[in-house]
Amino acid sequence: MTSLILRTVTRFMLPLLLLFSLLLLLRGHNEPGGGFSGGLVAASAFVLYGLAYGVAAVRRALPVQMWTLTGLGLLVAVVSGVLSLLAGFPFMTGMWLPLPGFNHLMMGTPFVFDVGVYLVVVGVTLAIIFPLTEE
Amino acid sequence: MGLLAAVLSGFALALFAPGLYRVARGQTGWLLALLPLGLACYFVSQASAIASGATINAHFAWVPALGVNLSFCLDGLSLLFALLITGIGTLVFVYAGGYLAGQPRLGRLYTFLLVFMASMLGLVLADNLLALFVFWELTSVSSYLLIGFDHERERARAAALQALLVTGGGGLALLAGLLLLGQAGGSWELSTLADNGGLGAHPLYVPCLVLVLLGAFTKSAQLPFHFWLPSAMEAPTPVSAYLHSATMVKAGVYLLARLSPVLGGTNLWFFAVSGVGATTMLIGACLALKQTDLKRLLAYSTVSTLGMLTLLLGLGGRLAVYSAMAYLLVHALYKGALFLVAGALDHATGTRDAERLGGLGRAMPVTGLAAGLAALSMAGLPPFFGFSAKELCYAATQIAPAAAWLTALTVLANALLVAVAVLVGLRPFFGKSHATPRRAHEVPPSLWLGALTLAVLGLVFGVRPALGPDLLVGAASTSVLGQSAEMRLALWHGLTPELALTGITLVGGFGAYRSRKLLREAASRWNVVSGWGPAGWYELLLRGLNGLALGQTHLLQSGYLRYYLLIILATTLGLAGAAFARSGDWVASADWSNLHFYEAGLAALIVMAAAVALLVRSRLAAIAALGVVGYGVALVFVVFGAPDVAMTQFLVETLTVILFVLVFYYLPETTVVSGVLARARDAVVAAAVGVLMTALVLIASSVQYSPSISTYYSEQSLPAAHGRNVVNVILVDFRALDTLGEITVLAIAGIGVYALLKLRPAKNGDRDSSVADALGTRSNKNAGPDVQFFQADSTVEAPK
Repeated sequence: MTSLILRTVTRFMLPLLLLFSLLLLLRGHNEPGGGFSGGLVAASAFVLYGLAYGVAAVRRALPVQMWTLTGLGLLVAVVSGVLSLLAGFPFMTGMWLPLPGFNHLMMGTPFVFDVGVYLVVVGVTLAIIFPLTEE
Repeated sequence: MGLLAAVLSGFALALFAPGLYRVARGQTGWLLALLPLGLACYFVSQASAIASGATINAHFAWVPALGVNLSFCLDGLSLLFALLITGIGTLVFVYAGGYLAGQPRLGRLYTFLLVFMASMLGLVLADNLLALFVFWELTSVSSYLLIGFDHERERARAAALQALLVTGGGGLALLAGLLLLGQAGGSWELSTLADNGGLGAHPLYVPCLVLVLLGAFTKSAQLPFHFWLPSAMEAPTPVSAYLHSATMVKAGVYLLARLSPVLGGTNLWFFAVSGVGATTMLIGACLALKQTDLKRLLAYSTVSTLGMLTLLLGLGGRLAVYSAMAYLLVHALYKGALFLVAGALDHATGTRDAERLGGLGRAMPVTGLAAGLAALSMAGLPPFFGFSAKELCYAATQIAPAAAWLTALTVLANALLVAVAVLVGLRPFFGKSHATPRRAHEVPPSLWLGALTLAVLGLVFGVRPALGPDLLVGAASTSVLGQSAEMRLALWHGLTPELALTGITLVGGFGAYRSRKLLREAASRWNVVSGWGPAGWYELLLRGLNGLALGQTHLLQSGYLRYYLLIILATTLGLAGAAFARSGDWVASADWSNLHFYEAGLAALIVMAAAVALLVRSRLAAIAALGVVGYGVALVFVVFGAPDVAMTQFLVETLTVILFVLVFYYLPETTVVSGVLARARDAVVAAAVGVLMTALVLIASSVQYSPSISTYYSEQSLPAAHGRNVVNVILVDFRALDTLGEITVLAIAGIGVYALLKLRPAKNGDRDSSVADALGTRSNKNAGPDVQFFQADSTVEAPK
């Protein structure tokens, strides 16, 4: 679909959507959002880009195998659970560290877990949609 | 601590075996043999303490709430088995290195062997019933992997599967039996059960005994489950020597011995165990003589011997148990040696056909010596250990009930085994030499060391029982009997009836050897029957199971989405509807008074969009209408204050519409594929499902669940999990394990969809390349043609 309007809009929308997906991921613990919806937004952004420019362009822009992304996500999620195991707590106990330099901001394993969810959602969604568009 | 380390060290080392093989290559076997050797030394160092009646215990909580503990107990019986496992294990590790030299997957074989050794040690050391069961199953699994080691041959795979299904099926029965045993005996610990005494009068005794025996008989290849053992000879010879003669197949015998204080001593025990044992002993020996392949000869003779051990344990009593322990030890020595010899012969000459081997003594003197010593011990000639053990067996059968019959059967079976011993251990090395596929040569030390060690031990133990077997056999029978058997091994008992029976056995055996061709011919007349033997039943059962699976798959998996939906919806309707009908909760109340106008408008929008999707001709329009339905539902979430759910719904709905468009774009224009009747049927089902879902939602919202959980989550979200968004906190913290499961399922489902799309056979038949492409292993070519979405010429081929 070689629509000039779509291509032009997409050029501006892609970074905005990706930033928005990261925002959703980051704020998910306190406001509506989270890894799942963030991942869906990121996947939608890439699909939009694919609609405008073709899948090959997306693959150039995102030079990672989708299954690598998915596997990485699962790995990150599991590792976030194992961290508490190493500290002597049951598997997947939430562990929190205050971030130095930020007032009241905490970094925790649930966030790491959410990053894993984000990656899996992006990976699986694109891995399903892209082959369909290439057929 | 020592016992736990002894069991777990094998599992730990198994992880590193392939890596070690990459570094140490040909020396790996010698290096890995150090572990079983060290463990054997450890067990030897405990021997004198164990023999004086002490036990070594170790207890580690595993799942204490369920009574599952890693508790170990080293007593006389465990010691005998542990020494067999580690001692023969040492020799087999060395042997495997020579036998499979240069085989690239040798590292994997070592891993499997180490896992097996550790599992087998765990099995004989475990004091907890459930821990014992876990190790029992682990030996079945590692046996499966080892039999199927040469996985490119179909026969090896079939044999592996057969062994797994037979022993695994028995394992299931055993699990049920052990659970009943724990219930009836009031403890999960074997030592406590043995102290509590026999359960013969308990109401659960009969089912418990039957189930446990099923487990033991399948594992120890008793009739009618014996057929998996000869098939298992597809395994590499070191595996056959280790698992399928010396150790794993004796696990059933171990279990019988271990449980005989608890389950033994009744008439049922005697008839079931001795009856099956005696039958197996005789049939196994008859079937053995029919074979010409060295390994199958040995396998059937192992079946026969296992039958004899079972028979003796069924008899019970001091003499029988003592002779069973002695024969168990001697069998492991000579049968292990003969298997290793069979492998060496195969290695040196390229054939395992007993009739095609002869006169090899000059070319292979050391192997010949080992074979001869082992065969003489197997035949039961003085002064070998086999002689003293066989005398004890004859003594035991003579005081048994139905003594004349049992003794005659034992003598007959043993005579046939003498013929096997001559055929396997002596004939290949004497007499006329035959042409063999390979020119015979003496094998390297790694291939004769094990056989010679075991065979020499068979002689030394016969002449000087005080060097080990006295202590081992005595301690083992003490722990089975609960008291000392007060017996010693000796070569000379005077002119006893047993001596005469040994003479008859030897003469009969030699006669059977001379007339083996006649016997084979006679046996071949029974071949018509053998097709209906247990192996035939197994085939029939397996084929029936596959047929059933295939049939119901064809029935349910028609390949048409509309029938899938019909089946799924009709099933839901039937089950949920039946539940409704039973509960009688038909009436659901709904409160309409708080209905806002925009809620009514939303509902109208959803209904209208659904109607449009149903009526419109264009497919794209139908997809768009469905999208409106989804957005409408998302708006409902917004109205009722669930922004997270609403957002996710919007996103999923968007992606779904895109997916639909992508899929449907390539389909032909809408055509009517179903008739009026079929559509009427679909309409009825669809409407009924709609009504059902509405009723469910109304009822669900009128039920008041305990509010404690949601209150807990909202109260604890900020203080305990540092998050104000309760939905997300539940997803990534409170119920994170569920989410982990869900994203794993998502990934697997994604792989499934991807495989369906990509792994179709390529048009030019180059299947491999399409698979490689699909898996992205050819990343340089994976970019494919630069295809645009919605291109007019949609006939773009999959990337080559």
